[in-house]
Amino acid sequence: MNDIALRVEGLAKGFTLHLQGGASFPVLRDEALEVRAGECVALAGPSGAGKSTLMRCLYGNYGSDDGRIRLRHRGALLDLAAADPRLVREVRRETLGYVSQFLRVIPRVSAREVVAEPLAERGTPRAEALARAEALLTRLNLPRRLHDLPPATFSGGEQQRLNLARGFAPGYPLLLLDEPTASLDAANREVVVALIAEAKQAGAAIIGIFHDIEVRDRVADRLHEVRPLPDAA
Amino acid sequence: MILRAGNLSLAFGAVRALDGVSLDLWPGEVLAVVGESGSGKSTLLRVLAGQMRPDAGRVLYADATGAEREIGALTEAELRRLWRSEWGFVQQNPRDGLRMGVSAGGNVGERLMAAGCRHYGTIREEAAEWMRRVELDPARMDDSPRTFSGGMQQRLQIARTLVTRPRLVFMDEPTGGLDVSVQAKLLDLIRGLVADLGLAVVLVTHDIAAARLLAHRIVVMRHGRVVEQGLTDRVLDDPRHEYTQLLVASVLAA
Repeated sequence: MNDIALRVEGLAKGFTLHLQGGASFPVLRDEALEVRAGECVALAGPSGAGKSTLMRCLYGNYGSDDGRIRLRHRGALLDLAAADPRLVREVRRETLGYVSQFLRVIPRVSAREVVAEPLAERGTPRAEALARAEALLTRLNLPRRLHDLPPATFSGGEQQRLNLARGFAPGYPLLLLDEPTASLDAANREVVVALIAEAKQAGAAIIGIFHDIEVRDRVADRLHEVRPLPDAA
Repeated sequence: MILRAGNLSLAFGAVRALDGVSLDLWPGEVLAVVGESGSGKSTLLRVLAGQMRPDAGRVLYADATGAEREIGALTEAELRRLWRSEWGFVQQNPRDGLRMGVSAGGNVGERLMAAGCRHYGTIREEAAEWMRRVELDPARMDDSPRTFSGGMQQRLQIARTLVTRPRLVFMDEPTGGLDVSVQAKLLDLIRGLVADLGLAVVLVTHDIAAARLLAHRIVVMRHGRVVEQGLTDRVLDDPRHEYTQLLVASVLAA
């Protein structure tokens, strides 16, 4: 099927903490997930089940121990779990976006430039990238006076909106959203719901963790249960 | 591939400073080599840059014409030519990278002259432009770098290094001796310049935060060996090796 955007097979991930006497614990085992273009899948499951770990594996931020993460990139399915760093960077530049709950602030880089950066890396002319950044920040109700400031001093909600703008600006075909509305007020939550709907309309596949059940039920086409593994100990 | 090292080994007496180190660098890629003092990271940088010969293994550099050159087999003159035209080196201590008896503008301009530029007005204009790019006041062009602060000297060294548009830059703890507030500004400046110029960089640092900010990829060294390597955020957020876990856990979260 050529509308498959992501197909995860047999994914396993655990951690070995060498500084804690080498304690090992598995988090994900034999995880399988399939997401099509234009579809939004919400990860469900209790806190600590491994939803965020799965997201981080899907982004290549955590290395997978086993299994495959096949995603559509440049028209073909490639296995991100086996990709070298250069290929992962290419996939992140062109195909795969990730909106985390936290903003890693770069000193002295303005909010507008933080949002425009991924667009510019994809070859969008600078002026156009900045204009698109401006438009998205405005849509997310970030006061204009903040656009030229580095986001170090922004509030949690302001940083989250910046992250959202950065994640939605390039129009990635595959987008990961980790609690995208956690620190937002009702008005901005509506903006996020609309952005997700528009991205789906444009053919993006979206995987999200949504603690806000109302938002989740409005944007998600289905749920994918992540079950906690039985304690190894 | 712009630089490829295979199986480098180098011992100082009983100490194995490099023990079977291999790595690749691609054009436009920033590679951070991290580890503690004595891990072999500075020795690795010297060997990659042709300043030290390994006991075994070799370093290949793909030059601007695409020809592959073995660094250890180059003559002194060939190596000097590379330093003039294609390579740059940023020292930890700016006084090692600058000529302290020459004016600030002269420090930048003489690299251009060495690269073949002869027109005085052009050289002076270009030197002024590069002082601006590293946020130094061009009005201080004729001042001695001795009258500059450590952070300013480091920025001047960066201007001196980059003015000739090298393809490959080696950096040895470029923020090492500076105050924390000055470090952030310098890192940000380096980050912008490296991206704008599309430089390939080998950055040696013990500063994990600097590596995270600048590098696409990280190599972790200990006792002369590479213990872990990979995409920067993967290595730092999901460290596998005991030593990498220790390095990452030792950083105060900011």
